[in-house]
Amino acid sequence: MTGLFLLQLLNGAQFGILLFLVAAGLTLVFGIMDFINLAHGVLYMVGAYLMAMFTAQTGSFWLGLGLALPAVLVLGLVLEVTVFRRLYDRPHLDQVLATFGLVLMLSEGVRILWGSAPLSVPMPAALSASIPLLGPMRYPVYRLAVIGAGIAVALGLWWLITRTRAGMLLRAGASNRAMVSALGVDIGRLFRLVFAFGAMLAGFAGALVAPILSVDPGMGDNILILTFVVIVIGGAGSIKGAFVAALMVGIIDTVGRIFGPIWLRAVMDPQAAAQAGRVLAPMLVYILMAAVLAWRPAGLFGRAGAR
Amino acid sequence: MLRASALAGLLLATVSATPLLAQSEPVKIGVLVTLSGPPAVLGEHARDGVLLAEKVLGGKVGGLDAEVIVVDAEGKPDVAAQKARELVESQGADFVIGPIFSNVMGAIAGPVTGAGAFLLSPNAGPSTFAGANCNENVFVVSYQNDQMPKVLAEYMNTQGIGDAFLLAPNYQAGQDSLNGFKQQFKGSIGGELYVPLGQLDFSAELAQVAAMQPSAVYAFMPGGMGVNLVKQWAQAGLSNIPLMSAFTVDETTLPAEQDAALGMLSGSNWAPDLDVPGNAEFVAAYRADYGRVPSIYAMAAYDSVMLIDSALKAVGSTEDKAALRAALKAADFTSLRGNFAFSSNQFPVQDFYLTKAVKRDDGSYQTSVVEKVFTDYADAYVGQCPLK
Repeated sequence: MTGLFLLQLLNGAQFGILLFLVAAGLTLVFGIMDFINLAHGVLYMVGAYLMAMFTAQTGSFWLGLGLALPAVLVLGLVLEVTVFRRLYDRPHLDQVLATFGLVLMLSEGVRILWGSAPLSVPMPAALSASIPLLGPMRYPVYRLAVIGAGIAVALGLWWLITRTRAGMLLRAGASNRAMVSALGVDIGRLFRLVFAFGAMLAGFAGALVAPILSVDPGMGDNILILTFVVIVIGGAGSIKGAFVAALMVGIIDTVGRIFGPIWLRAVMDPQAAAQAGRVLAPMLVYILMAAVLAWRPAGLFGRAGAR
Repeated sequence: MLRASALAGLLLATVSATPLLAQSEPVKIGVLVTLSGPPAVLGEHARDGVLLAEKVLGGKVGGLDAEVIVVDAEGKPDVAAQKARELVESQGADFVIGPIFSNVMGAIAGPVTGAGAFLLSPNAGPSTFAGANCNENVFVVSYQNDQMPKVLAEYMNTQGIGDAFLLAPNYQAGQDSLNGFKQQFKGSIGGELYVPLGQLDFSAELAQVAAMQPSAVYAFMPGGMGVNLVKQWAQAGLSNIPLMSAFTVDETTLPAEQDAALGMLSGSNWAPDLDVPGNAEFVAAYRADYGRVPSIYAMAAYDSVMLIDSALKAVGSTEDKAALRAALKAADFTSLRGNFAFSSNQFPVQDFYLTKAVKRDDGSYQTSVVEKVFTDYADAYVGQCPLK
């Protein structure tokens, strides 16, 4: 049982890391630019589709990844220039409407381009093995690599935001946009970069999961909701918050799904426990979100009183 | 599309204002399947099956001019009901082929049969329509939902597999599937897990399977969920445990599952290499026209058109509904499944097979018949249906 629990912790951490990659871009856009972007999940999907296309064309996972990332970055830039830029000063409702429209357009576009049948991306041979854990249980090397890549991205972001001039400007822009602008910084260009970079991170997450999950037109919708949960728990605009919250959500969701019914069995009969566990498990992350909101309305690492 | 056919209808109405022939209007066949969203590929297979059948028949069905009207059910019962009403009331469809999903079936059967049209299901076969609520104008050409899991349960019984672990999404069809399995399976159920519909990462469930080491796993994971389950199965190091499934490894999911699914067993009423007259030609023609290997959805849709063709040939027009109903029930057509007849509840009596995923010579993938599990197998609800 301990072995299974450890294995599920790893699974939860891997899921959390994935959520973090998607949430990192969204939390920057949401927290710093005060912009609600429902189309962020679609960028995750597009990342996976581009990955599928480029790996199929080049025959190499690494070349595919190398081509997919800049492609999503460019798509992010194009979307910023053509659509999002016009929405920054609009009310949230306009932003939600416009970006939701974009979700429909991009989803349909993907379906027209690549069809509705799920696609797949072969796993790189070097990472396709699984290593033995305890007893009969094994863990796929690729998922370990995903965890590693996520942690590397988190460290890189932390360095970028706390140690570089661009990061300093970002933090300043988040606190007081008008003042930074008055000091002669081109805030528009800064936002464009943040946006494109966030898009690339979401695309990176999509490209990373492509060998594990099927690439299909609905994949962005599922992850977007959990991503918003992560941002609310972690506090909008906080990378650290997004990281901690993503791991919490990933682990609670995974462990709750499996161990919820097992633990409930200790207090009720097996049939009722299975039924109750099935109903309760998907609610756990939302219960967590409600609890965090009641305790800290700005999220774990959000700045209370910030805009 | 809609406006064009409405205009065509108007033109026809004026042209044939003085009907000289008994059948002045073309036979209208509505195709109401889900063509959008993630499960769209199933509906596309069915639609292409209908179109291929129409082409093979030279654009005529039962020797009469025929018009096929394709409509997207969107996988939403309320939308589908509205579109079904439009099909039969405004467009005057005589037959409706659909749906793919059982929850849509309940919504469209009323509007279609209420207007006097016939509903032919190329996939959905819910128990609700097989028993006491069977309908004289509903013909299920596919199978009854419980039957596929029973094929695998029966196979496990014959293999002496004593314990199985069950996996399904948490919705009506998932629960039905596991219940069907449990009715037939003689061994013990080591555990069962329901996952939220649309879940794509099965790492937690697979860890549970690895910890329990059951003799076999039965899964019902349609569409993209199945692709993910199959791909993650080998990655989690579970290749030593047989994964047997229904609607999880088939021609709609194999293009994405590829080598990860090779050798996996399924229950089915058909496979592309089933050796019956006409099947090889159907598979070759479908592959040539639509660039993919047909699935059971394409096969049953094709059979549905051929069934209509046989009934219209026998009766000669769509006027006499009672004669047409009797002719449909006679099922006097060459099914791609070989043996085919209708029970009194108008669900098929047919053979079921164990199939295995294999790679074709051209590099694509398909399921292949391993052995026959049930012969002339009818569903369990026939007795409750008042139809004779």
